[in-house]
Amino acid sequence: MNTKKEKKRFLEIGGVQTVIASLICIILGLLVGYIVLLFINPGGAWDAMTSILKNFLYFPRPEVALEYFGSTLVKTAPLLMCTLSILFAYKVGLFNIGASGQYAVGAGLALYLALAHQMPWYVCMIAAMIGGGILGGIAGILKAYLNVNEVIAGIMLNWISLYSVNMLLTNVKESSTTYTMALKTNSPGALIPSFGLDRLFSNNRYVTIAIPLAVIIAILVWLVMSKTKLGYELKATGLNRNAAKYAGMKEKRNMILTMVIAGCLSGLGAAFLYLSGIEQWSCAQTAVPTMGFNGIAAAFLGGLNPIGSIFSAFFIQHITSGGSYVDKMVYSAQISDLISAIIIYFCGFVLFFKYCMNRKAKK
Amino acid sequence: MGEYAVEMLHITKKFPGIVANDDITLQLKKGEIHALLGENGAGKSTLMSVLFGLYQAEEGEIRKDGKKVEIKNPNDANALGIGMVHQHFKLVECFSVLDNIILGSEPVQGGFLKKDEARKKVMELSNRYHLQIEPDAVVENITVGMQQRTEILKMLYRDNEILIFDEPTAVLTVQEIEELMQIMKGLAKEGKSILFISHKLNEIMEVSDRCTVLRKGKYIGTVETKETTPEKLSAMMVGRNVSFKVEKKPAEPGDVVLDAKHLTVAGQNKKDAVQDVSFQVRKGEIVCITGIDGNGQTELVYGLSGLEPLKSGSISMNGKDITKASIRERSVSGMSHIPEDRHKHGLILDYLLEDNMVLQRYFEPQFTSQFGFLKRKEIREYSDRLIEKYDIRSGQGSSTMVRSMSGGNQQKAIIAREIDKNPDFLIAVQPTRGVDIGAIEFIHKQLIEQRDAGKAVLLVSLELDEVMDVPDRILVMYEGRIVGEFKPDEVTVEELGLYMTGAKKQEV
Repeated sequence: MNTKKEKKRFLEIGGVQTVIASLICIILGLLVGYIVLLFINPGGAWDAMTSILKNFLYFPRPEVALEYFGSTLVKTAPLLMCTLSILFAYKVGLFNIGASGQYAVGAGLALYLALAHQMPWYVCMIAAMIGGGILGGIAGILKAYLNVNEVIAGIMLNWISLYSVNMLLTNVKESSTTYTMALKTNSPGALIPSFGLDRLFSNNRYVTIAIPLAVIIAILVWLVMSKTKLGYELKATGLNRNAAKYAGMKEKRNMILTMVIAGCLSGLGAAFLYLSGIEQWSCAQTAVPTMGFNGIAAAFLGGLNPIGSIFSAFFIQHITSGGSYVDKMVYSAQISDLISAIIIYFCGFVLFFKYCMNRKAKK
Repeated sequence: MGEYAVEMLHITKKFPGIVANDDITLQLKKGEIHALLGENGAGKSTLMSVLFGLYQAEEGEIRKDGKKVEIKNPNDANALGIGMVHQHFKLVECFSVLDNIILGSEPVQGGFLKKDEARKKVMELSNRYHLQIEPDAVVENITVGMQQRTEILKMLYRDNEILIFDEPTAVLTVQEIEELMQIMKGLAKEGKSILFISHKLNEIMEVSDRCTVLRKGKYIGTVETKETTPEKLSAMMVGRNVSFKVEKKPAEPGDVVLDAKHLTVAGQNKKDAVQDVSFQVRKGEIVCITGIDGNGQTELVYGLSGLEPLKSGSISMNGKDITKASIRERSVSGMSHIPEDRHKHGLILDYLLEDNMVLQRYFEPQFTSQFGFLKRKEIREYSDRLIEKYDIRSGQGSSTMVRSMSGGNQQKAIIAREIDKNPDFLIAVQPTRGVDIGAIEFIHKQLIEQRDAGKAVLLVSLELDEVMDVPDRILVMYEGRIVGEFKPDEVTVEELGLYMTGAKKQEV
């Protein structure tokens, strides 16, 4: 009886619930993904699943594994930024589905300034941040003054951004492909410096200070949200807009400010990826970057906590990267995306499982 | 066939950490009006929810006409002829009265409505029980009184034998209350059994045959109304003797603090909610604005506090023009506002109590460092001090989630916060709505203390007892205008009612 009571109380702690709920989501996602693989081709299912989970550990040699671990981290940094963007807005009661568009604008500005104007990395980075911020601000203004749902505005802006960026970057693309020119050969000054970090990852030259920077920003977001006057005001606005107004807060300004900050975070995320040189933008792409959407799952998987987001963003990037190691002879090329998508989909259920646990604990 | 229409025997209903109903017995005789009396949180609503099938009791049984019944959901209750008029009406605003009455049990033939048949039945009932309605009027355009009659007809249309009225008089004027009492008596005479939930003693004394009293989830007793007095009932309800009369010295009004001139505030519809309203509030006086709900009081307060812009007019406080000032500027220069809706405006329910305590002053240097960090320690100390001073009860003190607190203590927290700001001008809108008698006494005392400390207090209230007892001056609003000004001791409740319904008007 006594232990049962203590167990109940343990389950009622918010943090414990989130961790358990996140784990349940991950396990369920893996399970359903596995079942789908079994349906398509029972023989290769186990191998496929393990390669997704292993990701960089797929390589037996430790130096190579370390190098690919570095690459996963390089891609985790932008995802973490998008996650923080979603989370920041969510805490203020706004759903920033426009993170992808803000991310695209960030990529566009960073690459254009780097390739067309040979700007140094920090200028490109700041421009990406401001670009994302402006886009977020547009959605914020529409919401605050015209009561346009930020989800609708965000989706529209996503497409507008994607095609504008494609258009802009066509000016700086390689003549023979659809991709933007490589930074290393055309604008080395725009590459984010690594300050020796690359040496920790078997000289993976894409590993830059963007990775520690993203972690520091996560901690900063946590600090602002939980310790400052600004965080108090923003959360109050999110929880009860009327009460915030009653208390003399500028609730409209707070909403716009939130969307600007969220946009800055996504925009900066894009700079973190593209200014590392690991990827080039394809000017022919017809889909909005998935980073912004994966950020939604990562935000919920991380229990809507900036520190938790560091781990959840890593996990999601881990399985996304791992997907590329699935044997293409056994499964079609899309399977890796499908499986990661299933797992990410289940990651969104954290709040649901938390709710179930709460009900159970109360009974 | 026994003597009781419905019996609830030894009902016990527990929620985590609280026994909402502890061995409660309620027996409703056929054709009687039975009052259920108790403070907020006494367990009245829980008991009714058990009767209505919304909750299942852990112990005890319900009998209908002497036979044990299981009520698993509201449909079961309906099938047994139990109907309820909720405190907040459940009507479809844009439907006609007739459509609302038949909604859910429409007579149909081959998929088509047989409205004529329904109309005939409704009009028969209306005449038989003297429930005057306009069947084709749209609900949003009719008076609150007629809305209530519509609700009653809804129950009668379904041939309900047991009628529950949940605090039916809260929204009515004196005249409408009088009318309702007659209707209830008429219904009882026709053989309907009525359960009347209220905490207004004078109404219970007037209309009921017997009265069951609950206190803190426990059954205190059932008495014959004829053989008791309001004092005895209130002692049963509260567990101690309560003074009904508000103790106060005569007012000594000083300089004008608030001067509102020709205020006009837009309404939700085309019509302005407040039209050309002018008044003053002086130091050391309590001015009360009263009227039936929805006659512009809410919008007037929004205009004064800055929540809504003025269409025209001007406001000055302590001689300074604040017509264009922001909410924050008004607050900092000495206005406090106890809002009408504590959940909508007054509190952030998912914040801790301490965070709510500083909602109006978190930005002051004593709570925020120059780098924008909150001074958690100081906030905690301040909150603890207010909790102590104003006797605010909650599970975990300053770190209680406000959502989990009782309504009365939530209200006390708001009052503590607004009064401790030491305002020159205090607006208190319905400060005692939904709080129990003990807390009402406390809140009235606080308002009068503020007055005696030389503050200007504007009370906005619908509760007639409060309107008569607390203020030094009464202003009556009707359709957005002030239609009368009175001294509380020079006017009767009935007289006020005539002004509130627009039957009489002063040139002010």
